[in-house]
Amino acid sequence: MNVFHFMLHNHEQVLELTAEHLWLVGISTLLAILIGLPLGIVIARIPRLNKPVLASANIIQTIPSLALFGFLLPVPWLGQRADRLAILALTLYALLPIIRNTFTGIRGVDPAVVEAGRGMGLTDSQLLLQVQLPLAMSVILSGVRVALVISVGLATIAAAIGAGGLGEFIFRGLAMVDDQVILAGAIPAALLALIADFGVGWVEKRLQPR
Amino acid sequence: MQPTTTAPVIEFRDVSYSVAGTSVLLGLNLQVQSGETLVLLGRSGSGKTTTLKLVNRLLSPTSGEVWVNGAPTADADVIELRRSIGWVIQEVGLFPHFTIERNIALVPKISGWPASRIRARVEELLRMVGLNLDLATRYPHQLSGGQRQRVGVARALAADPEILLMDEPFGALDPLTRDELQREFLSLQKSLHKTVVFVTHDLREALRLGSRIALMEAGRLVTIATPQDFLQSPDPWAAAYVRAFKDGLEKAARNRQRVEVLE
Repeated sequence: MNVFHFMLHNHEQVLELTAEHLWLVGISTLLAILIGLPLGIVIARIPRLNKPVLASANIIQTIPSLALFGFLLPVPWLGQRADRLAILALTLYALLPIIRNTFTGIRGVDPAVVEAGRGMGLTDSQLLLQVQLPLAMSVILSGVRVALVISVGLATIAAAIGAGGLGEFIFRGLAMVDDQVILAGAIPAALLALIADFGVGWVEKRLQPR
Repeated sequence: MQPTTTAPVIEFRDVSYSVAGTSVLLGLNLQVQSGETLVLLGRSGSGKTTTLKLVNRLLSPTSGEVWVNGAPTADADVIELRRSIGWVIQEVGLFPHFTIERNIALVPKISGWPASRIRARVEELLRMVGLNLDLATRYPHQLSGGQRQRVGVARALAADPEILLMDEPFGALDPLTRDELQREFLSLQKSLHKTVVFVTHDLREALRLGSRIALMEAGRLVTIATPQDFLQSPDPWAAAYVRAFKDGLEKAARNRQRVEVLE
């Protein structure tokens, strides 16, 4: 039996798990943007903070994902539902590329342009919203892109703690020693990663300042 | 040239500025009168750009006071102050992600002008600096260096400020374009009568554009004179500057002859 037969036969479950997967990745990336973007902006403005913040995000990144899921399991409210836990862990992993790229993107804006804006009488927030963020946008988006692709991959591991997603097939396939079942999870996950990569890349190109 | 009874538009009162223990500017006293073009001349690191940035408070003096329009800048609302002063820097200062129109309209827009008035003003300015109206929707990188610099001037003039600060605005241009823009600056200034502080290291530009030339060296104001007086100034620094320029020209000519003889 080939993989595609299997997927067609179980298409309802494939779709359901894909939707779960998307939900885990989508919510966590959104949260990571909501936290990481302001944090990146703050550390671009207050140089004193950039080392500790980036170092912390870096350390989180080095924790093996299974271990992180395990660590979080006993936390009261979180541990009650596996998807909460998975979303938190994925958010933490997605933070680093977003914070770092926001920081380097803003720092990379030509200082002459920023000074010109300041000299013209732009307020700090006008400078940020009209000059720095738009000019840093493509760098920030490539951070989001990396975060998304990482999340799509990592989210498969969330199935280990029962959070659902395409990892279910992969773990089931591993248990059954059945390549087709593994592939039924891996192929859609790979496709999601490619689509996410391509999609953000497209947006990035559209928003290119020049 | 200007009546001494009127208050200066810009005044430096014993201003010093230092960064991390290094003095960039030492006890500067300087007055800029209404309608004049004061050129700050000097080599790199002499403190001319610092002086300029102290006027619109991109920098704040370590000691002393800068007065603009009869009030110390330290007491002014810094945003208001900057919007009331035109600021022209080398071409890099245009926003690369804004069209020419939006670049020029920047200060009127953040000052809350109605859209129709902004549009009319942009057209007026494009004409004033000799740019085709078609350029309004282009981006800075699609323009030539000379055109970009004209946009820079138009942007600085947008809200019709009384004071213009110009930081080597024509420095990056080829000699022909520079000559053209200098000529246009003179004719604009004839009709607009702005109070201009103009930074350059080019003596020829200083002589051509300035109503007075202030020579700076190592953070101090060395001498201040009209262009005519500057050429005959007994001050050793001024004389050295004049000589360097004359020598430069003669040497270039001599080298050229030598090359021709060799050929």
